[in-house]
Amino acid sequence: MDFLTFVQILDATLRFATPLLLACLAGLFSERAGIFDIGLEGKMLVAAFLAAAVAATSGSVWVGLLAGIAGSLVLATVHGLAAITFRGNQLISGVAVNFFASGITVVVAQSWFAQGGGTPQLSGAARFEPIIWPGALTKIRELRTADPLSQAYSELISGHAIIVYAALLLVPLSWWVLYRTRFGLRLRAVGENPAAVDTAGISVVRLRFAAVLIAGVLCGIAGAYLSTALQAGFTKEMTAGRGYIALAALIFAKWRPWHALWACLLFGFLQALALRPDVLQDLIGLRVQGQLLDALPYILTVTILAGFVGRAIPPRAGGEPYVKER
Amino acid sequence: MDKMPKWADVVLLPLISLLLAGAISALVLLATGENPVEALGVMIDGALGSTRGWGYTLYYATNFIFTGLAVSVAFHARLFNIGGEGQALLGGVGVTLACLMIPWPHWTLALLAAVTASALFGAAWALIPAWLQAKRGSHIVITTIMFNFIAAALLNYLLVEVLKPAGIMEPASANFSAAVHLPNFADMLAPFGIPFSPQAPANVAFLLALLAAFLIWVLIWRTRLGYEIRAFGFSETGARYAGISGTRIILIAMVISGALAGMMSVNNVMGEAERLVLNSAEGAGFIGIAVALMGRNHPVGVVLAALLFGFLYQGGAQLSFQMQIPTEMVSIIQALAILVTGALDQMIRAPLERAFLSLRKARA
Amino acid sequence: MTDPILELTGISKSFGPVQANKDIALRVMSGTIHGIIGENGAGKSTLMSILYGFYRADSGTIRVKGREIQIADSQAAIAAGIGMVFQHFKLVENFTVLENIVLGAEDSALLRPSLRRARSELRALSDDYGLSVDPDAVIEDIGVGMQQRVEILKALYRRADILILDEPTGVLTPAEADQLFRILARLRTEGKTVILITHKLREIMDITDTVSVMRRGEMVASVTTSQTSPEALAELMVGRKVLLHVDKSPANPGALVLEVDNLRVTDAKGVQRLKGISLTVRAGEILGIAGVAGNGQSELLEVLGGMRAGTGRVRMDGQDIDLTGKHSDGRTRRAHGIGHVPEDRQREGLIMEFFAWENVAFGYHDAPAYNRGPLMDHAALRADTSAKMTRFDVRPQNPWLTARNFSGGNQQKIVVAREIERKPRLLLVGQPTRGVDIGAIEFIHRQIIGLRDAGAAILLVSVELDEIMALSDRIAVMFDGQIMGERLPVATTVQDLGLMMAGMAGKAA
Repeated sequence: MDFLTFVQILDATLRFATPLLLACLAGLFSERAGIFDIGLEGKMLVAAFLAAAVAATSGSVWVGLLAGIAGSLVLATVHGLAAITFRGNQLISGVAVNFFASGITVVVAQSWFAQGGGTPQLSGAARFEPIIWPGALTKIRELRTADPLSQAYSELISGHAIIVYAALLLVPLSWWVLYRTRFGLRLRAVGENPAAVDTAGISVVRLRFAAVLIAGVLCGIAGAYLSTALQAGFTKEMTAGRGYIALAALIFAKWRPWHALWACLLFGFLQALALRPDVLQDLIGLRVQGQLLDALPYILTVTILAGFVGRAIPPRAGGEPYVKER
Repeated sequence: MDKMPKWADVVLLPLISLLLAGAISALVLLATGENPVEALGVMIDGALGSTRGWGYTLYYATNFIFTGLAVSVAFHARLFNIGGEGQALLGGVGVTLACLMIPWPHWTLALLAAVTASALFGAAWALIPAWLQAKRGSHIVITTIMFNFIAAALLNYLLVEVLKPAGIMEPASANFSAAVHLPNFADMLAPFGIPFSPQAPANVAFLLALLAAFLIWVLIWRTRLGYEIRAFGFSETGARYAGISGTRIILIAMVISGALAGMMSVNNVMGEAERLVLNSAEGAGFIGIAVALMGRNHPVGVVLAALLFGFLYQGGAQLSFQMQIPTEMVSIIQALAILVTGALDQMIRAPLERAFLSLRKARA
Repeated sequence: MTDPILELTGISKSFGPVQANKDIALRVMSGTIHGIIGENGAGKSTLMSILYGFYRADSGTIRVKGREIQIADSQAAIAAGIGMVFQHFKLVENFTVLENIVLGAEDSALLRPSLRRARSELRALSDDYGLSVDPDAVIEDIGVGMQQRVEILKALYRRADILILDEPTGVLTPAEADQLFRILARLRTEGKTVILITHKLREIMDITDTVSVMRRGEMVASVTTSQTSPEALAELMVGRKVLLHVDKSPANPGALVLEVDNLRVTDAKGVQRLKGISLTVRAGEILGIAGVAGNGQSELLEVLGGMRAGTGRVRMDGQDIDLTGKHSDGRTRRAHGIGHVPEDRQREGLIMEFFAWENVAFGYHDAPAYNRGPLMDHAALRADTSAKMTRFDVRPQNPWLTARNFSGGNQQKIVVAREIERKPRLLLVGQPTRGVDIGAIEFIHRQIIGLRDAGAAILLVSVELDEIMALSDRIAVMFDGQIMGERLPVATTVQDLGLMMAGMAGKAA
């Protein structure tokens, strides 16, 4: 394997990791506040559809992004109502959100575009175009002959959609919000012991809703990235389980932002490798089944959950509706 | 006293939930420019207007009875098994191996073997998350979700690398021999002189599903084990007082649940496709969640809810033929059903209970 | 010392039919330590929850520093200068001390400046009140005594003038408790007002200036501590209730049935709940265990009933019983002839969603009489339930009602009927008449005596002294996981037992 191939795989890793990372951070905010969210997948899917659909009709990807976020926020609100206001089962609510998303996206897509449950191909301003950094090479012929440093710069650093960079910046930002602000302190507290927050005179309901809505915004961005940057348009079920992989990454990361980045990069790397079985075979001289790579994130997560590789302890009040008591 | 009469809890509440889900779905249809009344007409006609329609409705219902029972048995032990889909996929592998490895002289023997194999494979796939929950405290919801994906990858591998006959491109197993063909409704009703569409996939597995529902009813409401499962589900401290082992109940309930989900494959793999294909369960494992919630975890309710969803599936297919409304419309209804019966229960229950209380006060 | 800092008048609060507080009046003087004493369920905690905005009183007024205020939530209580140290701490376990103190009282949206100020203020508070803590220690790594200090500091950081402590010594060792009292005294010196809620007489006598006594939801007296005695307080606390009279013949103790030797139980947090219990119960006698709730009685019943593991030695009819929990559970205990009327019928003794006839089998569901092959014999169960309902006068006499639909007394009758009619060699009974109406109390007492007269050994745990006095043939008093001493009912008084329950008398007596 030459260096360029290696760089290309890393480049793909970054692109695949981005939606995972955004969804993972979404889950992080929600679950750190004590609200389980298995509806990441559904929120992303709705956002992916709305972003592509609105971008296609308006011609502006930014309007599309806003629409995607709005759609994701609607589902987040439903989840909040069920989980916080009506103290329902958070897992069941999440499952419902996912089913609703897989249905509504196709039904509405068919009604609006009549293209088999997808949107038209996006191009130009209706897509997030790669940002080419100054001095980056774009022609494959030039790249091949360039020195490794310039190859890495052109492929890996340059040439991503703005959301990729934004997602990477969100990691330190999330860390900062969680650990360096008043809001973050309260958010972490409400996921560990809501009674402590309540007796300190802070509204548990408001805090938890804030967390659920932040998750909505992040899932919205993740979904929009899928349909307007990674792909050029929405296709049926295009999230393809990424919401669940993000959940797996969240557990893998033990609910911490920086670790979420590493976990998502790892899972993104596995996805990138799965597309290049030839490389892997060259590398280790053995044919690795693509299916094994597909399943690896889940197998890793189960192993972690079983406590065989360090124990993943979720926020203590996670999944439990808060009922005031002495 | 209970806040409201039992019939309100068992009949009225699900009915209101269903109406609410239906009303929101109708709004979705309206918003997409379709006529909900016309759509309902198409669905009724397509699903119940012919023996072919009935045949499909009952075929889908068969799948959902199995998966709905699977979810409900776990629910009785307060376990949320989202892994029905993966367990059904593995059950399909069991059915396929049973049908392909031995040249069965008669379908009855093959059926027996297929039921056993599918139940074993499904149960084994549920046993691992169950063990992890009971012994290591790993959250069963997350592990069963993960096991769905691992099952899908495993099935993919098996079909591409192991079960696919040489010289065929499509990832699918070989076709089963004609000897293991299960009688469909047309075959079964012919001796009685009742005509039934021969194309409809409903088959003898439907009877098997009804039998399973009956046996689960016996298990849950008539046996000691069912008594212990329910007691554990209602109160873990109570179970400890009575000397009921939590570990044992978790393992047994999940094994039964997985076996039921696995047995679904007798219907779709052996009864319909007659070979194993990718994604063979087609989401039926997930619909089991909606079916169990709507059916209030009672086998009779599960059978009724499964028939309803069978109707929705077949009717939904007709919608896509005749009105170009995608079959995914059913996912919306399914999601709303899960939401209102599962997570937003309090939203409907609280006002209903208040209504009954004031009614009682007015009468007193 | 002359102005009341806190003045309550006419406070009432009901939960459904239960009136937890009845027309409470209370005056707490500034700069004093004011004790509030009463038995469990006397309404102390409800009153304090009203003060901290957890419940709204149905009626009555609250004045703080002479101004009438409404306390709608905890925020309002904090704003009024009220701080609360709950019995179960409200701390975030994986946060540091400093983070817990700052939580909800941050200066600005950014954490660092808040933490910086809190750190210096914490140092000042520590110096002022003699409350040293390590601000960077994580809560789950420090002991309960230290955690309690954090709770006190939390209140002081919020500028509380009135500090309420709810059963603060329940989780402390005697040494830690002494340290707490020194801190409280220091707080008083610095001009703070402390309200100490407890059921321990010794604490009241040792530290308070004034004491108010609550009994069954009412404030029955407020006295100056120096002008009263533990005996007088014990009497006020328990009240001159008409002693329940139970007709019973003198016991006729037979063979040793239960022998407990050096029984120890450690809970999940590593706290020793039973510290070497030894006792015996003979056939045909009732051993009553008196004590304030939470002194190990629950654990004693649970370990004997097979619900938790312990160490030491327990023999039933001379045979050793497995205490490790590996080869035994509630089921095997029943096979040994041990019946168990648990303390909490709703969480343990019954499945509230089950029908009465299903509950009649609970714990005995594998008994041959209730089964026919692999199936449970519902007809036999229902017949047995109807018969039991008749014999025990359970109302309504309908086996098809779920347990939830019976009153407390009738629920308890179902449990008692189930356990007694099995004719156990040993019956464990926990709080048999808690939440049970008078009529049912007498009935249940008669049944227990009847079982004794039929030759069973009975171990009775109750926090109701009257009940212990009326039923027991011998009385042992538990305090802090130990037996403080044994008395014969005829040779003791409520005051004597009350002092032992408060940990004030030794084994010598």
